[in-house]
Amino acid sequence: MAKQVQQLDRVIIRFAGDSGDGMQLTGDRFTQESAAFGNDLMTLPNFPAEIRAPQGTIPGVSSFQVHFADHDILTAGDSPDVLVAMNPAALKANLGDLAKGAAIIVDTHDFTKRNLAKAGYDENPLEDDSADSPLADFDVHQVDLTGMTVEAVKEFGLSRKDAARAKNMFALGLLSWMYGRPTENTVGFLSRKFAKVPDIRDANITAFKMGWNFGETTESFIVQYEVKPAAMAPGTYRNITGNLALAYGLVAAGVQSGLPVFLGSYPITPASDILHELSKHKDFGVTTFQAEDEIAGVGSAIGASFAGSLGVTTTSGPGVALKGEAIGLAVMTELPLLVVNVQRGGPSTGLPTKTEQSDLLQAMFGRNGEAPVPIVAPQSPGDCFAAAVEAARIAITYRTPVMLLSDGYLANGSEPWSIPDVSELPVIDPKFATADDLAEGESYAPYARDEETLARPWAIPGTPGLEHRIGGLEKQGGNIGSGNISYDPANHDLMVRTRQAKVDRIANSLPPLEVDDPSGAAKVLVLGWGSTYGPIGAAVRRVRKAGHDVAQTHLRHLNPFPNDLGDILARYDKVLVPEMNLGQLSMLLRAKYLVDAIGYNQVRGLPLKSAELADVIGDLVAATEGTEVDLHSDPTASKEEN
Amino acid sequence: MSIDTTVDLGLPTVGTDGVPTLPEGEKQTGKDFTSDQEVRWCPGCGDYAVLKAVQNFLPELGLRRENVVFISGIGCSSRFPYYLDTYGMHSIHGRAPSIATGLATAREDLSVFVVTGDGDALSIGGNHLIHALRRNVNMTILLFNNRIYGLTKGQYSPTSEAGKVTKSTPMGSLDHPFNPVSLALGAEGSFVARTIDSDRKHLTSVLAAAAAHRGTSFVEIYQNCPIFNDGAFDAIKSPDTKADAIIPLEHGKPITFGPVDETTGHGDKGLIRSAGGGVEVAQVAEVGVDALLVHDAHNPDPSTAFAISRLTDSGYLNQSPIGIFRQVDRPAYDDQARAQIRTASESATAPATERLAGLINGGDTWTIV
Repeated sequence: MAKQVQQLDRVIIRFAGDSGDGMQLTGDRFTQESAAFGNDLMTLPNFPAEIRAPQGTIPGVSSFQVHFADHDILTAGDSPDVLVAMNPAALKANLGDLAKGAAIIVDTHDFTKRNLAKAGYDENPLEDDSADSPLADFDVHQVDLTGMTVEAVKEFGLSRKDAARAKNMFALGLLSWMYGRPTENTVGFLSRKFAKVPDIRDANITAFKMGWNFGETTESFIVQYEVKPAAMAPGTYRNITGNLALAYGLVAAGVQSGLPVFLGSYPITPASDILHELSKHKDFGVTTFQAEDEIAGVGSAIGASFAGSLGVTTTSGPGVALKGEAIGLAVMTELPLLVVNVQRGGPSTGLPTKTEQSDLLQAMFGRNGEAPVPIVAPQSPGDCFAAAVEAARIAITYRTPVMLLSDGYLANGSEPWSIPDVSELPVIDPKFATADDLAEGESYAPYARDEETLARPWAIPGTPGLEHRIGGLEKQGGNIGSGNISYDPANHDLMVRTRQAKVDRIANSLPPLEVDDPSGAAKVLVLGWGSTYGPIGAAVRRVRKAGHDVAQTHLRHLNPFPNDLGDILARYDKVLVPEMNLGQLSMLLRAKYLVDAIGYNQVRGLPLKSAELADVIGDLVAATEGTEVDLHSDPTASKEEN
Repeated sequence: MSIDTTVDLGLPTVGTDGVPTLPEGEKQTGKDFTSDQEVRWCPGCGDYAVLKAVQNFLPELGLRRENVVFISGIGCSSRFPYYLDTYGMHSIHGRAPSIATGLATAREDLSVFVVTGDGDALSIGGNHLIHALRRNVNMTILLFNNRIYGLTKGQYSPTSEAGKVTKSTPMGSLDHPFNPVSLALGAEGSFVARTIDSDRKHLTSVLAAAAAHRGTSFVEIYQNCPIFNDGAFDAIKSPDTKADAIIPLEHGKPITFGPVDETTGHGDKGLIRSAGGGVEVAQVAEVGVDALLVHDAHNPDPSTAFAISRLTDSGYLNQSPIGIFRQVDRPAYDDQARAQIRTASESATAPATERLAGLINGGDTWTIV
């Protein structure tokens, strides 16, 4: 039977299975194939905090969503077009996210009485042909993926269990056929990954190929889809996750400043991969120190900064809570320090593997005393690279700890990254102090300040003539700047204000905010920060596509705010601030600019859904302009933006 | 499973290896190491004596002053760095060993000292202390033990005797105290010693050995707090009682104490192996000189050193071994960390920017023209 080929502009696929089913690997390989093919894409891994939650249960379900398109996209998509479900729990856990008409490819093998019960199904939904069947609205393909895999790899003599484990590669092969993905890279990947275990290697490659062949020959699948490569800006690309891009950014910051990078870190989800990655780059002079706890992580980084390294500590919210006092020490001693917080759901242990933006106020205020810390936030996985370099620029130039706020979505999500030209990266001058800076007979004043930046000099041990002591007690500043202990009331007042002024001055080094307001006629501004950039951008596109004006701007610098932010806010009638928290940026904007920031707040541990957000924007535009906004009657609704 | 650590990594063996020394013929004095800051401890505080001893000892190292760094935590003794004209940081409570770890790992050319107290090192900073000791980072830790909280005005500390009546324990402390030397030995410290603030000669000799040791040197210094715990060390300081209170440890010599018996040349008491495998005090006249335990600070097995440390009174201090309990060679963490970087960097000869471009362009890439 001849296969049909149908053109699509974009597809969202979610691979879902048990934690041990290899869904992250399957999704990652499909992503790499799509990247190599030239689609634009975004991914959203979603996995439990438990390494192996009870097999076959809903809490044990792990999934990986990939959105790929023939055009520029901004999110991993709200609702999958295709769900690959490896067991009953994976079906049940993900069914609610599917839109009517979505395709489901389900491995029938695990739909046993026992597994159905574990997933909470009283009856097998695959056998329910009634109109009330939970699957009635979907295009369900029942395939015995496991059975066919075991049959296909029989010749390699593996145990049944090992043979069945290759079923994820069978599924990958089938989906690769359906969407015309190139397969060479995956075959090469499997050859390398299992080079030491030839039986397993051959079984996986065979399962992968058999999956492809099954798609091509079976009558269950009659349509093959084509999603053409996206028109992307010229450049060299690679697919990259936020944690990898952030680690590369830290290596780049070391190269661009000429400082050795010292990472003091304690393992914590979802930040540990940065520690793992940096530990591979000792050839760049990067030292990684796995400390005994979060406090020692930041303590060692401060010690290394005092020594003249770029001190970095990587963690997540609970770790930042523990590091608070030490960050205050870095504020007081005015040493460069990068604190990377890959935010996760809180409070307390919260949702370790899920995303959230709820540590903004912690970054801003989570220390005793007046302890201002600059805050930088990346907006997409690839942007973590540039954001890390920018955070280092601020830390080194202004001699201050800087908080870099990534999150779980950026950390594990991926996108094609236009690899920057190294010669265009900023050069960061640490400007170490030397005795040559002193006039004849002058003694070193560690708290004298640069007139423009208010930064103090950085004299590192080993520099003759500049011996000095720093510490957490208040320093004598002002014109003397001796840095000696001072309990003088006026001096303390001056120093508190000076530390704040120094952070405020960073705004003078920032470029103007880019406001995306194509018509110039928008009355509503949507303002975000961090990883909500994609969903906000997609939502704004939907509203514009329906013929309405809306402006968007996104903050990379949360402290200090850019100098022009106040004027920009004043230009719009309404300001909508979508966040994955209960309104933390809104609170800061309200406090500083007396603007009536309207929050759109979701804390579900997942990225914002752009369709829902578009409705909220639409309603606000309608109310502000006194018009009707209908985002759902558009005949091209099937091509909604994401 | 045992891991062979005897591979010759070509690592330094002396504590100050790699630290720049003064040019030939140039000399420093205690004055060179004295800052212009007024010393602000209470009159009669034991810290003065230690400060003076350290200021006078530092020139003996012959190191360039700018390559000496003192890191402290919080507490009376942690004001120490302000009074030394070296690089220094008065940091936060309990964290000095972690800061010193970063400093020492980042820079081979620095001689790093940590100044801490019994509350700072053993209570709030206990974790950092034991991990510095097990890693064996090249630094010298001076733990000033006055067995009380001074800066917060007189609460019991983790080395205070049980039952101690203080501001926070009006009916007596319920805490069982730490023995800092036992703790350091338990954490596999490679250099563990104890000395006394008022004995300048002994203090200086221990400091010299500590500074010469590669790895973490741990020195507990008994230090009198005249305000909140005066007299805590009277028994080991008073001329009338100290011969019976101090058990002196000297490598290679039989361990004896008490009034010297002119016929044997030894004290009237000594340490012998006990039946249970530990160490106990015996009358030399009863057991004979040959039965005395000969102190071996270089014994790779810390068990005997630990057993000796247990002879320290946990209540009022009427008896305490003093000296170097343990001094063994073990690779230092920071030396090995730097060696890994050197090894990894051997083939990295291209300019850093070129290698950075190679790194970020790695993996599966594609080009759009």
